[in-house]
Amino acid sequence: MKIHEYQGKELLRKFGVTVPRGIPCFSVDEAVKAAEELGGSVWVVKAQIHAGGRGKGGGVKVAKSLAEVKTYAGQILGMQLKTHQTGPEGQKVNRLLVEEGADIKKEYYVAALTDRASQKVAMMASSEGGMDIEEVAHATPEKIIKIFVEPSAGLTDAQANELANGIGVPAGSLAQAVDALKKLYTCYMETDASLAEINPLILEGNGNIKALDAKFNFDSNALYRHPEIVAYRDLDEEDADEIEASKFDLAYISLDGNIGCLVNGAGLAMATMDTIKLFGAEPANFLDVGGGATTEKVTEAFKIMLKNPKVKGILVNIFGGIMKCDTIANGVVSAARETHLSVPLVVRMKGTNEDLGKKILAESGLPIITADSMAEAATKIVAAVK
Amino acid sequence: MSIYINKDTKVITQGITGKTGQFHTEKCQEYANGKNCFVAGVNPKKAGEKIFDIPIFGSVKEAAKQTGATVSVIYVPPAGAADAIWEACEAELDLAICITEGIPVRDMLIVRNKMKAKEAAGGKKTLLLGPNCPGLITPDEIKIGIMPGHIHRKGRIGVVSRSGTLTYEAVAQLTEIGLGQSSAVGIGGDPINGLKHIDVMRAFNDDPDTDAVIMIGEIGGPDEAEAAMWCKANMKKPIVGFIAGVTAPAGKRMGHAGALISGGADTADAKLAVMEECGFKVTRNPSEMAKLLKAML
Repeated sequence: MKIHEYQGKELLRKFGVTVPRGIPCFSVDEAVKAAEELGGSVWVVKAQIHAGGRGKGGGVKVAKSLAEVKTYAGQILGMQLKTHQTGPEGQKVNRLLVEEGADIKKEYYVAALTDRASQKVAMMASSEGGMDIEEVAHATPEKIIKIFVEPSAGLTDAQANELANGIGVPAGSLAQAVDALKKLYTCYMETDASLAEINPLILEGNGNIKALDAKFNFDSNALYRHPEIVAYRDLDEEDADEIEASKFDLAYISLDGNIGCLVNGAGLAMATMDTIKLFGAEPANFLDVGGGATTEKVTEAFKIMLKNPKVKGILVNIFGGIMKCDTIANGVVSAARETHLSVPLVVRMKGTNEDLGKKILAESGLPIITADSMAEAATKIVAAVK
Repeated sequence: MSIYINKDTKVITQGITGKTGQFHTEKCQEYANGKNCFVAGVNPKKAGEKIFDIPIFGSVKEAAKQTGATVSVIYVPPAGAADAIWEACEAELDLAICITEGIPVRDMLIVRNKMKAKEAAGGKKTLLLGPNCPGLITPDEIKIGIMPGHIHRKGRIGVVSRSGTLTYEAVAQLTEIGLGQSSAVGIGGDPINGLKHIDVMRAFNDDPDTDAVIMIGEIGGPDEAEAAMWCKANMKKPIVGFIAGVTAPAGKRMGHAGALISGGADTADAKLAVMEECGFKVTRNPSEMAKLLKAML
């Protein structure tokens, strides 16, 4: 689960990392009031959407008067902000963060994430802050330092020093940078984050270290023990169909193709999508019904897939293990009836009670096309939608 | 022979009294020599009771001591599953198989580092399979986990995969064209897990009763590429490889920074390329895994 920058900064502040003073706003009036309350003569008006690359897309502006705050807030609120992470349609801006300006002398990059290979938390840092870290990794990988943390020891002073020194923090600010890194690590662990990134972490003219941005991802398996993080969830930032699917315990991700697919198991679902592509079409979605699919779940899955106007055909691929093929067949038949299915449907079923399942489909009187293998199923659905 | 388990393996079930644990313990008992293999269950509140004739003990250590079991299978719910894994390690078992899906990554990170520290200090190494996996099976001998037993046939092909249903797919294809399996192993889909592709490939290579292997992977992480490199230098048996997720959208399941660490080599295309370079027969068509393998024998 992702959260907004201002929420990430609230978390960092809670764990003792210095962040600029700022106030989240939902209207232009609130933005002007926030600037007045913050005082000073320079403010930053920042669009709050989950995608990165907001600055380049025109979602971050520096205002030098209250009038400018008003102008910029008016421009940014409600805009469809397009960045390299939003897709071509962009993401509507509903929230702003108005912050005090900062005196930036140098920008760094720091992040915590879980490294699968070493099975440790990796702390990464770079002297090249403020830019896209993927570009840094590509162009100058030697400018990214990684340190792996033993969970029982935590990030040690020596490790934090190595990172801070490695990215060239001046001597007078080292203690502050070490402190910020250690607190970032603690925040990462205690909130069950899967990514905690500060880009940039800045050195101010007066030598202070401050987090100017905050990007967090959280482990969805651990949200049950973090009601305070769940409270940050912003449904406006998520795909409506994915939210609907999650209510029925369906894993759904919408894609750009025209063949809907319903599969049990994530690996088999991806393999099915790959097969559709291999035979000349594109999948419209990823959909894993999981191990305990019922008639109700299958019907809901059909409804969600069919909401997508691009869907011109559906492929169902089920490997019946614990889940029996006849159960799924009954679900498919009732879903097809209830949704008045008008697009071609290919069903491939394998495993427990396969014959019974096929019989139910054949006797339903519905124009369901059956197949024995994934390849045959893909060939048939691709032919049917052409 | 087979890898990790056989008809003489004695198994403890952690979480035997829960709904999932009960359901699958019964299925495992019914399979091949299961009645003799599943010898103990654990639940501190129900010690002394029995379920399906299996005695329940208060702890894994006690269960192992009383029955001589060396393997455990874990169905404990996510919040307590990492502790259950650690309990199996402290009881000095040979192998713990964790079926549980949805364990917080931090819990796995902590328990894996504890396990490694214990080994480094000279303590017994307990292998971990999973979590979030279907388990493993040696056909006609023993099934430990949630896979459908009836699709398997005894034979000489090894199967290893992260995904449950994709493992079943490969097994069913093999059985259909008359090739049986020595063992089929689901290593699970979680980012922090125990046995990896490389470990299982090593075991299949050493197993005199395995002639060839189907290795199935997914997008994300460096494991398949590492296994492929190892196979290039060491594996003496033919391998068919498939990676699921050529069409998966980037960044949907794992953040960009995660891919950074592995140098961006964790897409399906990148992994397929490495596997091919390392001598695997790779396919982009998951329907032909068994057929390809048969042609190599």
